[in-house]
Amino acid sequence: MAHHDVSYLAPKETFLKTVMSWVYTIDHKKIGLMYLVAVLLMFFLGGVAAMLVRAQLWEPTRTVFVSEDGSVYMNPAEAPEGERDSLKTETRGIFFQPITTYVSRPAVNLLSGSTVGAVITASQDGSPSVSLPESDGQTSNPLNIALTDDGSPIFTETTDQRGNKVWELRRENPDSDEPGPVLASITVDGRGNPSAEAGSGLSTRKTTIREPGSTITTNNIYNRMFSLHGTIMVFLFIIPSIPAALGNIFLPIMIGAKDVAFPRLNLMSWYIYVFGGIFALYSVIAGGVETGWTFYTPYSTTTDWGSVTSMLLAAFILGFSSIFTGMNFIVTVHKLRVPGMGWFDMPLFIWALYATAIIQVLATPVLGITLMMLVFERMFGIGIFDPALGGDPVLFQHFFWFYSHPAVYIMILPAFGVISEMLAVHCRKRIFGYRAIAFSSIAIAAISFLVWAHHMFTAASPVANVIFSALTFLVAIPTAIKVFNWIATMYKGSIAWTTPMLYSAFFLFCFTIGGLTGPPLATLSTDIHLHDTYFVVAHFHYVMMGGTVLAFIGALHHWWPKFTGKMYNEFWGQIAGWTVFVGFNVTFFIQFFMGTQGMPRRYATYSPEFELMHKISTFGSWLLAIGFLIHLVVFAHSVFAGRKAPRNPWGGLSLEWETESPPLEHNFAREPVLTHGPYDYDTVVPPHYDPALYPLPERSDNAPSHH
Amino acid sequence: MTSAPKDKELKPWEAYIPQHHWRNATDEAEGAKLGMWLFLSTEVLLFAGFFCAYAFFRLLYPENWHDASRYYLDWEIGAANTAVLLLSSFTIVLAIRAAQQGNRGMMLIHLGITQLCAAFFLIVKLGWEYWPKIRDGKLPGIFFDYPAVYAQRAAEKAMIVAPDAIIPAAQVAGDYASTFTPGAHDHIFLSIYWISTATHGFHVLVGMFVIGWAMWKAYKWHYGPRHYTSLENVGLYWHIVDIIWIFLFPLLYLV
Ligand code: HEM
Ligand SMILES: [Cu+2]
Repeated sequence: MAHHDVSYLAPKETFLKTVMSWVYTIDHKKIGLMYLVAVLLMFFLGGVAAMLVRAQLWEPTRTVFVSEDGSVYMNPAEAPEGERDSLKTETRGIFFQPITTYVSRPAVNLLSGSTVGAVITASQDGSPSVSLPESDGQTSNPLNIALTDDGSPIFTETTDQRGNKVWELRRENPDSDEPGPVLASITVDGRGNPSAEAGSGLSTRKTTIREPGSTITTNNIYNRMFSLHGTIMVFLFIIPSIPAALGNIFLPIMIGAKDVAFPRLNLMSWYIYVFGGIFALYSVIAGGVETGWTFYTPYSTTTDWGSVTSMLLAAFILGFSSIFTGMNFIVTVHKLRVPGMGWFDMPLFIWALYATAIIQVLATPVLGITLMMLVFERMFGIGIFDPALGGDPVLFQHFFWFYSHPAVYIMILPAFGVISEMLAVHCRKRIFGYRAIAFSSIAIAAISFLVWAHHMFTAASPVANVIFSALTFLVAIPTAIKVFNWIATMYKGSIAWTTPMLYSAFFLFCFTIGGLTGPPLATLSTDIHLHDTYFVVAHFHYVMMGGTVLAFIGALHHWWPKFTGKMYNEFWGQIAGWTVFVGFNVTFFIQFFMGTQGMPRRYATYSPEFELMHKISTFGSWLLAIGFLIHLVVFAHSVFAGRKAPRNPWGGLSLEWETESPPLEHNFAREPVLTHGPYDYDTVVPPHYDPALYPLPERSDNAPSHH
Repeated sequence: MTSAPKDKELKPWEAYIPQHHWRNATDEAEGAKLGMWLFLSTEVLLFAGFFCAYAFFRLLYPENWHDASRYYLDWEIGAANTAVLLLSSFTIVLAIRAAQQGNRGMMLIHLGITQLCAAFFLIVKLGWEYWPKIRDGKLPGIFFDYPAVYAQRAAEKAMIVAPDAIIPAAQVAGDYASTFTPGAHDHIFLSIYWISTATHGFHVLVGMFVIGWAMWKAYKWHYGPRHYTSLENVGLYWHIVDIIWIFLFPLLYLV
């Protein structure tokens, strides 16, 4: 089996074989890496949409009233009595402009020589409509067509010998009330094409005219942008981000296995993801959706573009990919742990992935069937969500949140896992409260199925609200347990401020803010005010971006040397990290205040008192973008010019640090022998760790001394 | 990477070696079954969505539900299909038993009977349930043809009440149809009937494909006393398809 002793990234004999070794791979590392590239691409696309949304809010398209001293009002009635008369209106807005689509229609021109005398088109009801030519904004009547008082041509309806309808256009007759001679007789065929038979001296010519059809307003564009952002970020980026990409690469290695339990299913999950992505892409090209990522009925069943159906199918298909990954991970953890590794010898990342996988398997089918029912509703009008047919739109919300609340834990639990790994390694300390962290993941997974209606406090029944509110508070307990354990892990640790460590600290800061703003939303009296405001937007960005995304980027740096075999530039990694951290907080912290002051979410415009806060938030989004771009450069530099990574640059103890960087095709040259636990820093010297190969930033000197 | 038998004497099931990342064949078989159970739990949850919708609307419109079930669905057809599916669950177990005994002939016969049962189920479903419903406009949601269906109901009622009545049936029908109140929700009942039975029917169809695949593998000697994991998994899948029907049948037909 010598040919398996090469790096999994090693090219094959020919270029074609190399390509095929990726296309048909069943190696979990390659599949994970392809997932990683895809989710980063999706993060980029979703990020572009987010930047556009924020840019629109820098200066929304709207009409405002400005007084002489420069104060701005949305409504003249808001201005002081004396100033109302001197208000000037101003149109603001730099960004999303309405888009008018033009449609072409067949027409016939009536000509005298080369002068156009009239343009004939068919109107909706099958009769013709005739208009006079215009030049320089002036209507002229070169053929002296008889006109009504308001200047539109008169034509009379008659029937020809065969009984077909014919319309006659006449010349005006100044001398008498009788109409003048016939200029042309017009017919319209069944498909709405006009044709004309011209009188003497005149001719006709077939042509088409372009006229404005429907208009997409700035609000529509705004809706599509934030919906695009939400659906991409949730279904295509954050759900697969840590589990399907990093989890795929590291789960088998960390438990000492050669692969996941079902390698072919793993590959299938990847292709299903691509397939679902294509549906989403089609939806975007076909005009996008305006429903937000939540697809609430009745809006999602009544908007009439096909792109909604396609987006629903995309989410449905992506669900299968997520289910298959989850099934695979559960069986892998159960059956493929290296001999000697009990459940409580597993790294906490594995526990987190295991808990996540349970939710993926148990919650995603419900989303699948919900979206399917919505598709049926759109295609066959089955009526179960349609009040006009006796259905109930709120039923959809129940179905949706039954999946989507657990889904927020699909998004965050893997992040909890990587934080546990990174803190232990970079603080060089045994993780504090191993079992508490492991069990709290399972507790969160269990409770997450019982709290869905906290998204519907304004729609559900009062009794149910009280119960769901109480249950929601329970979630905060296991979450807080984790946070305290992490802080205790850092206490008296030998901290090396690497980029992953920096990100772990950022995570603790931001996620705590996000978590603490959950209870005010779970409290009925306050949620009535905060629901559907920017407070909710800030809350979930602090947990999803401040939590999952920050942990994900930290984890990328943490494991980058392992799966690429290259080191990244520590200095620029940290510069980028600080930029992201500052940008993130500038963007979102202010949104808590906007929300408490009543700024509703998902609006393309706002009243002037929110202007400064929105501008600050948009400014923050630029910082964020700059930070991410620096990260991109750092990674690109590492790929092309990075130093070769040692086996164990950080001095970690879990199994992935014992194999080569990058790992071999079958992960280990021979099945690893477990001699220590993943967090035994107080008793074990990390294997293959040589600070000379890759010097870490100086460690703090309160390292535990063990005798 | 199942490698082909080196020794021509060995049948594929005898020569079977597990994929490279499994420590032994037992672990592999157990893993595959665990995976299958997880998959089955997703199937149950998928149909749970339908059952929730069903429960919700039955609580909202209890009388309508009762009435619609009686009128639109024929419990005898449903019962026949139930019996057939139960039989097929039994025969697939016998096929697995035959695999354990290394009896290829019995395995193929029992899988064949299972296939026939599945085909019977689908033919009855399409020919005796779906087709007449489509013809009569007994369709889900907006496609439900109230005037036609209620006219027909009225005509049938007239036949029962007074078979020799002098009043023209059409008139009775018209009267009855006009008594139809917008409060009726037959269309919702039928929506749920259609989407849940069609989804189930789709699972039966998929079942026929995988059973066909298992028959092919059985024919090629891939199953024997020491190796029949995928046959067992096909069996598990088929049981869940049956069990779901066993819930759908009373809920829809026997309200
Ligand atoms: C500490 C425990 C948490 C509590 C008590 C909590 C509570 C809530 C409540 C009550 C809402 C609904 C607010 C409303 O719409 O009026 C909400 C919204 C939300 N939460 Fe949390 N949350 C917690 C943690 C998390 C975590 C960890 C995540 C994800 C990583 C998360 C993601 C979200 C999202 C995405 C929404 C908004 C969904 C939408 O309407 O689009 N939350 N949270
Ligand atoms: Cu929630």
